[in-house]
Amino acid sequence: MSLTSARRAKRRGPRRFTRRDLVVLGVLLGIPILLDIAIVWGPTLASVVLSFTSWDGIGSIHWVGTQNYTNLFTNYPPFWPAVRHNLMWLGFLGLIATPFGLLLAVLIDRGVRFSRFYQSTIYMPVVLSLAIVGFIAQLIFSRDQGVLNAVLGNKDNPTDWLGDPNLNIWMILIAAAWRHTGYVMILYLAGLKAVDPTLKEAAAIDGANDRQTFFRVVFPTLRPVNVIVGVITVIESLRAFDIVYAVNHGRNGLEVLSVLVTDNIIGEASRIGFGSAIAVVLLAVSMGFVVTYLVQEIRGEKNR
Amino acid sequence: MTLDTTVDVAATPAEPGARRGIRPGRLGVHAFLMAVSLAFLAPLLLAVYASLRPYDETSKNGYLSLPKHLSFDYYKQAFSDSGMTKYFVNTMIIAIPGVILALFLASFVAFAVSRLRLKGGIVLLMLFTAGNLLPQQVIVTPLYVVFNKIPLPYWMSDSMTMFDSYWAVVLVQVGFQMGFCVFVLANFMRTLPTEILEAAIVDGAGVWTQYWRITLPLCRPAIAALATLQFTWMYNDFLWALVFMSDGDKLPITSALNNLRGQFFTDYNLLAAGSVIVALPTLVVFLLLQRHFIAGLTLGSSKG
Repeated sequence: MSLTSARRAKRRGPRRFTRRDLVVLGVLLGIPILLDIAIVWGPTLASVVLSFTSWDGIGSIHWVGTQNYTNLFTNYPPFWPAVRHNLMWLGFLGLIATPFGLLLAVLIDRGVRFSRFYQSTIYMPVVLSLAIVGFIAQLIFSRDQGVLNAVLGNKDNPTDWLGDPNLNIWMILIAAAWRHTGYVMILYLAGLKAVDPTLKEAAAIDGANDRQTFFRVVFPTLRPVNVIVGVITVIESLRAFDIVYAVNHGRNGLEVLSVLVTDNIIGEASRIGFGSAIAVVLLAVSMGFVVTYLVQEIRGEKNR
Repeated sequence: MTLDTTVDVAATPAEPGARRGIRPGRLGVHAFLMAVSLAFLAPLLLAVYASLRPYDETSKNGYLSLPKHLSFDYYKQAFSDSGMTKYFVNTMIIAIPGVILALFLASFVAFAVSRLRLKGGIVLLMLFTAGNLLPQQVIVTPLYVVFNKIPLPYWMSDSMTMFDSYWAVVLVQVGFQMGFCVFVLANFMRTLPTEILEAAIVDGAGVWTQYWRITLPLCRPAIAALATLQFTWMYNDFLWALVFMSDGDKLPITSALNNLRGQFFTDYNLLAAGSVIVALPTLVVFLLLQRHFIAGLTLGSSKG
């Protein structure tokens, strides 16, 4: 009796709420929504608006149209290197660190002994802050006492791994990948555990070897994880900040967009309008990916 | 994919491989995984090693030399000279309310979105999820300006404004992290059986009872996982405090480490000790709560 009436209630569509329910909903949905708008979406919109002004944060706001963007693209030397570095970040994580994480996950998932140990050590860097990763990178890569130069034994003619603007971005990418690989590995391990083992058995019976089984059978079923990993890789690459800031405040070969934003808005000469324009470029690129991802999510939601 | 299988990644080393027995390729896999594990562990061990040695020794012989003296002096120094304790307290002032608030507010939104069949539920879910994926720098500028303009009474903030107060950092942490929590908890709640809720509705339970007494207790594993993860993220955060605080004494530990770098300057070994101290809490959390930690990440990624 109770179940059937509940089912009927479901079929009736939106449930009716008592006045007390409405108060609870109003307050407990209202606060988070307001906070989300006040902290996230409002400022995002405001950034877009400010990017068309020449505001310095104190005086009155002057509209300058697209002047900030023109300056940014044509007359701001660190901009294009920063874009290039962010793209290198994306390429390095996406083409090297991510596949490497997947490879590790596949190997560990095959059930070798000590897999728990492998998994924990490879994953451990993920819990460190990128700021600490940056400091540790200095221990290894510093010119005079760094371990890398000691291992290479080039004491007479040491390589300045973090100081050479042609070189340092690669070292930073390695440090960033140290953390990214473990993250990706854990996500894939979770995905692989959830793959129906009968699928693999069926493939084995059909005479598929390990490689064929993985690429034709297992990998396609990992699609949801692939999507998440892709989103994380893109977002992390665009957000890259802590590690370069910890190493040298994002100068001398380590320019990235997020550092340029920070440089322009904090400190004495704050160029808020200009900094916002850089932020909006960052926003536009990441929104492209976020929207693609959300569209997929909504589709999934409908199939549920 | 079901949640039960994904939650246990860390706990169960996969069994399917066991029945395959020993094959020649297996040794190679072990060698490879062992090498990778050690390579991933090495930087951390190096930091610990460096922190135990006097600077003169490493500056003369490099970090890769055998030690003559090992001591905890740098740890003592890091605590006494730079007031690490104070920064730890600052972190707790931010992270503890931050985690609790984010989880509380997000769990209700997740409940409303996934359990109440509200109109516009998906829109709400997207609003929060997408918000969490935006680059932080996009929201930094307007918040910086606004926080500077919001007055607070002296008993709430000695800077008399929202800027340079714990309130600002806590609020931003909560606002930003809610998105991830909503996403994860909504996914989790969707996997809960609806019958219990329906029975409760028939018995006349209001929205608050359905949320607080019926849904939340079932979410305990997801909440524990998220709390672990959120604590680590808030602890590791670098940017918010850097931008929204100007008084060095209020900084949380991760951001403070960057400030201390000026004092440590040439003494990389002292810096290493500082880094190890800062890394220790998250490493301990990870090692003790590994299952929860990983569950938190994978709950968000593999959709039920």
